[in-house]
Amino acid sequence: MSSLPQILFLLVLGTAGYILYKRINYILKTIQLGKPVQRNDNPGERWKTMLLVALGQKKMFKNLIPALLHLVIYVSFVIINLEVLEFIIDGIVGTHRVFAPFLAGFYSIAMNFFEFLALGVLISCLIFLIRRNITKVPRLNMVELKGWPKLDANLILVIEIVLMMAILTMNATDQILAYRGVGGYIPLGGLWISSSIQGIFAGLESSTLVLIERAAWWFHIIGILGFAIYVTYSKHLHIFLAFPNTWYSNLEPKGKMPNMETVTHEVKMMLGMPTDPQATETAEVGRFGAKDVNDLSRINLLNAFSCTECGRCTAECPANITGKKLSPRKIMMDTRDRAEEVSNNLIAGKKGLDDGKSLLGDYITQEEINACTNCNACVEACPVNIDPLAIIIELRRYTAMEESGSPAQWNAMFQNIETSFAPWKFPPTDRFNWAADLNKEKSKNSIL
Amino acid sequence: MSDTYKAPTMAQKMASGEAPEILFWVGCAGSFDERYKAVTLAFVKILNKVGVNFAVLGDEETCTGDPARRAGNEFLYQMQAMSNIQVLDGYQVKRIVTACPHCFNTIKNEYPALGGNYEVVHHSQYLQELINDGKIVMKEGGEFKGKKITFHDSCFLGRANDVYEAPRAVIKALDMELVEMKRCKSKGLCCGAGGAQMFKEPEQGSKDINVERTEEALQTGAKTIAVGCPFCLTMMTDGIKNKEKEKEVNVLDLAELIAKDQQL
Repeated sequence: MSSLPQILFLLVLGTAGYILYKRINYILKTIQLGKPVQRNDNPGERWKTMLLVALGQKKMFKNLIPALLHLVIYVSFVIINLEVLEFIIDGIVGTHRVFAPFLAGFYSIAMNFFEFLALGVLISCLIFLIRRNITKVPRLNMVELKGWPKLDANLILVIEIVLMMAILTMNATDQILAYRGVGGYIPLGGLWISSSIQGIFAGLESSTLVLIERAAWWFHIIGILGFAIYVTYSKHLHIFLAFPNTWYSNLEPKGKMPNMETVTHEVKMMLGMPTDPQATETAEVGRFGAKDVNDLSRINLLNAFSCTECGRCTAECPANITGKKLSPRKIMMDTRDRAEEVSNNLIAGKKGLDDGKSLLGDYITQEEINACTNCNACVEACPVNIDPLAIIIELRRYTAMEESGSPAQWNAMFQNIETSFAPWKFPPTDRFNWAADLNKEKSKNSIL
Repeated sequence: MSDTYKAPTMAQKMASGEAPEILFWVGCAGSFDERYKAVTLAFVKILNKVGVNFAVLGDEETCTGDPARRAGNEFLYQMQAMSNIQVLDGYQVKRIVTACPHCFNTIKNEYPALGGNYEVVHHSQYLQELINDGKIVMKEGGEFKGKKITFHDSCFLGRANDVYEAPRAVIKALDMELVEMKRCKSKGLCCGAGGAQMFKEPEQGSKDINVERTEEALQTGAKTIAVGCPFCLTMMTDGIKNKEKEKEVNVLDLAELIAKDQQL
């Protein structure tokens, strides 16, 4: 009889584990729609970047208040998960607060600390809800967030608040029962935060309290597992993907664009220069640039899944600031949406990429990519080192080289470079005219 | 020995059996842009004054390919890059100085993948070097002393290559009061010309980027806006005209500031 909750718990845990496994597989498969890339150089620097940027949240601290609130939620998420470990052991073994006897006095200290964090999360999430919905911070209320993204963001905050309330309710009732001497409940010498809400429950029968305590326990653990699954559908994946994403950061100077080897091969042939014989074999001349998600790299797609839609990129984008359609955040959101659409198509046995749609055109327009100044403000702004510019460049490459679809003025500029070797239409023989009058001026050379 | 300014070409140097210390990469704006040619001349005069053995490519120089590349035309970029590398390697160039952050970024970061390996410095870094080495000594109580100035970071120098201090060191050497804009250094706002925007009209929006940036520069109260990029110079100058402030506010390149101080 008493093993029923354990069986139930195992069922819940198993089901959640299975769904999570499927979801993780799905995300991996979707990212693998992209082209494989080698970016494993300089592991020391990569670990350091991950530790500083993902774990240490270095880039968040450009704006102190949201950084601190976010830090509270993040630290609590990591630490409260230690308590989830206890929940899981208790659930499987049928114990109650299994760590308490081992940790003795320290257990109470830890519980007090967890409660303090839980309260911190509650307050931080409330402030974040206010910033999103009442004071309406501009970057959190832009056009690309209409509908699901906005609901998603609010849901996450509400779920976190409810989960923290469950912990506090559980502790409050648990301690009333412990002090009433109800079997199995362990007195913890007073928990500061939950004791302040004990008044609500003080008048209730012990049997009712046990029910509330158990309900809160189940609610919290099912809530945590449910949240873990929900995260895989939401923008909130950054809590895990920030780590691989920062590990795969671009460590080169931001101004450096990656070289297209396939083009190098063709250009060398055109110029009659010796080509690398190995390149002839390995270089598959596919599409130049990117029209759809499979033309992008796996790092581009990992970037898209790591994006939590905070909009710091868009808030810094000169094009967006001055009212153009381009939003680097939308580039990332569109990339993920399209990648998931292709993945879902494939799972449903449909044609995947050949569904008559593509990232460029159906999701991201020419007008958006044409407005980019390559200024790298978005790249600099991203707290998890996402690179929207890399995607924009690939889309521009496709447009210019596969479709000759660049703006007319750019095509004219291309032609000027081809014929006059300058982006403007000047005769190349005039290039050195600036120096024509130089030798008429007397030098003030102090050395001569 | 005549005492006029000189801009010897690599071809001339080679003919006389000399190997210049540096190549001054002038860039297309430096060669053709009416306003920006003054920056080229200012920098050449500085090079003359300090007596460095330098040369230019003259009409052997061609576009680095940067605007084509940022606009997506990798073919054209690589064609340009490879022919430039052939010329540079032909003259056994080791060290390149350029006043254009776009040329700087492309030759420094992107030519190596195509076999072109040179030490490339931006003129702000080179000027800082000359000042530090005592080769340029600022005038005591020069015309700029104590005057307010603001510096507009070029994206291709700043964020793209993390060069923030060199231009500021040059300004500080002039004993000017540097007033930073709200968005500066790694948070600096683009002038609007990067990524090949210089060569087309902007997309539909509520405002032009250079106007947004010029307003920010004007808020500092500085009467001089210093830049280190030909495109920024054009965009900020146009912004000042748009705000009808051209009589009160100057947009000057770092090399022009130094040349003026030195009365070159």
